[in-house]
Amino acid sequence: MEGERRASQARSSGLPAGGADGESPGGGAPFPGSSGSSALLQTEVLDLDEDEDDLEVFSKDASLMDMNSFSPVMPTSPLSMINQIKFEDEPDLKDLFITVDEPESHVTTIETFITYRIITKTSRGEFDSSEFEVRRRYQDFLWLKGKLEEAHPTLIIPPLPEKFIVKGMVERFNDDFIETRRKALHKFLNRIADHPTLTFNEDFKIFLTAQAWELSSHKKQGPGLLSRMGQTVRAVASSMRGVKNRPEEFMEMNNFIELFSQKINLIDKISQRIYKEEREYFDEMKEYGPIHILWSASEEDLVDTLKDVASCIDRCCKATEKRMSGLSEALLPVVHEYVLYSEMLMGVMKRRDQIQAELDSKVEALTYKKADTDLLPEEIGKLEDKVECANNALKADWERWKQNMQNDIKLAFTDMAEENIHYYEQCLATWESFLTSQTNLHLEEASEDKP
Amino acid sequence: MEQAPPDPERQLQPAPLEPLGSPDAGLGAAVGKETEGAGEESSGVDTMTHNNFWLKKIEISVSEAEKRTGRNAMNMQETYTAYLIETRSIEHTDGQSVLTDSLWRRYSEFELLRSYLLVYYPHIVVPPLPEKRAEFVWHKLSADNMDPDFVERRRIGLENFLLRIASHPLLCRDKIFYLFLTQEGNWKETVNETGFQLKADSRLKALNATFRVKNPDKRFTDLKHYSDELQSVISHLLRVRARVADRLYGVYKVHGNYGRVFSEWSAIEKEMGDGLQSAGHHMDVYASSIDDILEDEEHYADQLKEYLFYAEALRAVCRKHELMQYDLEMAAQDLASKKQQCEELATGTVRTFSLKGMTTKLFGQETPEQREARIKVLEEQINEGEQQLKSKNLEGREFVKNAWADIERFKEQKNRDLKEALISYAVMQISMCKKGIQVWTNAKECFSKM
Repeated sequence: MEGERRASQARSSGLPAGGADGESPGGGAPFPGSSGSSALLQTEVLDLDEDEDDLEVFSKDASLMDMNSFSPVMPTSPLSMINQIKFEDEPDLKDLFITVDEPESHVTTIETFITYRIITKTSRGEFDSSEFEVRRRYQDFLWLKGKLEEAHPTLIIPPLPEKFIVKGMVERFNDDFIETRRKALHKFLNRIADHPTLTFNEDFKIFLTAQAWELSSHKKQGPGLLSRMGQTVRAVASSMRGVKNRPEEFMEMNNFIELFSQKINLIDKISQRIYKEEREYFDEMKEYGPIHILWSASEEDLVDTLKDVASCIDRCCKATEKRMSGLSEALLPVVHEYVLYSEMLMGVMKRRDQIQAELDSKVEALTYKKADTDLLPEEIGKLEDKVECANNALKADWERWKQNMQNDIKLAFTDMAEENIHYYEQCLATWESFLTSQTNLHLEEASEDKP
Repeated sequence: MEQAPPDPERQLQPAPLEPLGSPDAGLGAAVGKETEGAGEESSGVDTMTHNNFWLKKIEISVSEAEKRTGRNAMNMQETYTAYLIETRSIEHTDGQSVLTDSLWRRYSEFELLRSYLLVYYPHIVVPPLPEKRAEFVWHKLSADNMDPDFVERRRIGLENFLLRIASHPLLCRDKIFYLFLTQEGNWKETVNETGFQLKADSRLKALNATFRVKNPDKRFTDLKHYSDELQSVISHLLRVRARVADRLYGVYKVHGNYGRVFSEWSAIEKEMGDGLQSAGHHMDVYASSIDDILEDEEHYADQLKEYLFYAEALRAVCRKHELMQYDLEMAAQDLASKKQQCEELATGTVRTFSLKGMTTKLFGQETPEQREARIKVLEEQINEGEQQLKSKNLEGREFVKNAWADIERFKEQKNRDLKEALISYAVMQISMCKKGIQVWTNAKECFSKM
């Protein structure tokens, strides 16, 4: 049931020619591999006003890239999905485009599950083709995340959407839940693609390209579940030791993470609550307008005024609906992703501590001559390297994460403010035009009365 | 037999008006004109201003409300609110106003005044009082009568009530109304001395009783339907408005939480800190702005509520007509039956059942003299009956004429007021939107600087 095809060149050539050709400045633009053009691209992208249509960002991208299989104006949804990503980290090297869409329900005798279609477009040499289409289920995503964490224990791996949300779930797979999850999975894969290190991970590549049976067999190769669980138990025990010897900068980092986690969780709750209140307000408003229509049926002289009031209220109602959907698209997913990120970060800190603990325990053993000390110095040397690598990786990734977080939060809240401004502007226009029409009417009537 | 008084007992004569202001020839002439035209509503700007001579000459305001304690009829301590009513007369020449009367009244006295007016002006749509207890509340307002916001709105409502009476061409000249404004002590006794409670037709209060009226004036039947519809639709509107207000309150107030959390978060952020902090401040401003917005809307709701209660006043007039019509039809029926009896006695045929007829059958025929006597009695009764019927008919027609005139006046007032209220609602929405744009523009600026 999990079908996938290797897309061929022929498929993409069926796209409207107006797209890429129209946008490119003509002639072969330099491939993003060269630093000159990438710098140019970078400044262009960063200079853009936040409020501009995202489509322009990527058409400018495409115009400077030699992507023969890629058009910014595709009729199908994947591209419009890509365009929803605001400029994140390292936009200069974007040569991997991923979309997650088309959730499909699969029913077997044992279970029901959802698969998502994943389309990958790339110009990278290490990929056998430039387009891939696969179907993956949530379990597969979990597997991928586990592999990434294994390979890069102190890198900040993007978070996955939750397995299930217990509160308020009537059935396991209602449409809203699936859509929210789809968007989050899309974000997950794209964050990995944008990460300077993770993007070249082998398991990631396999995830994006392998056929169903290929993936299954590959999965079985990794360390077994039992051994992984054993690792977890040891990890908890040893991470305590790691905390004691934690360097200053990581103490600071940890403090930040703890406080950030608190605040972002609160903001998540507040934002969800606002959405709920707006929805309830909308539900009541829907009833409010029609009563004025009902009233107008018994008032001869007030018919027009009452009907106009009713239509104003209805228009404000629609504006509220739009504001709500803006909130749920721009703000809620971003805030929630950072809630998950904050949990992720705590896990990263633990893993770092654990690596350090390994080193510390060996050092302790050497100092107190607990075990056979012949091989220890060599082991310690290796572990010292390991710790240094882990710390450096985390430090670098931390800076990158913080930068992204600031951008994302700033953008999300700015969008929310914009939605609210737009909402109030619409309502204002509605009521002002009502007032104008009433005063005009009044003037008309007054002039009619004059003898 | 006019329903519309210039009844010297109830209506003020020109003389008592003098103490209020300088003897004004124009005023006297105006009063004279009104006594002539009493009961007739002539449309036209001139008559209206003349009819509003109270409004031109005096200002009435309910300026204060005070909590008081006292002993009630059962000698138990109670707390109530008293309202200060100030009357000012406007000097003709320089427009200055001089305080002429000031006294304190409580709600129950307003109720007494209205009950009195209902009895003596049954053909008038008597202005309603503001509600006794807070209804259509949303969660913020308590239903407590002592709540300062409620008391304030009631003060405004009572002032409105007095102004409505003062601007009514007929009601404004009522002596009891004048005394209400000027005679603090003994006013209650004076009202009760009019004996209005006795005059009140108890049937008017029996809301459930139906009177089978064969020929009601169609306009009144329609008016009754209209008042039922008005009451139902305004109630519905007020209920939904209260719910909408409740929800809106929720939306605004939850945003206030952002303020607190942003502020706490800003403590750990180096670059974002300032932006977060100031954005948080704007969220607090946004959250607190809803209180004034909803307070204003409450006044709008009060305007609608007045017309909700006016529906009841309309129904009262319809009911009075119904009763008069019923009495008329009953009287006619009674007369017809007496005439028939008389005819039967004279001709000797018994078609109608009568007690006399039965006793005759049982105890034997009556003598011709007895029969003559009975016929004579009946003829007298018939005469009386015909007189009464004639006067009842006249009464009825006068009532319909006068009532309908006041109803036309009321309709125009209602259309003006409701239109104004709806426009004021739009103005409130506009103000709310402008505030929202302001706050969110400020917040957006802070966010974009983070």
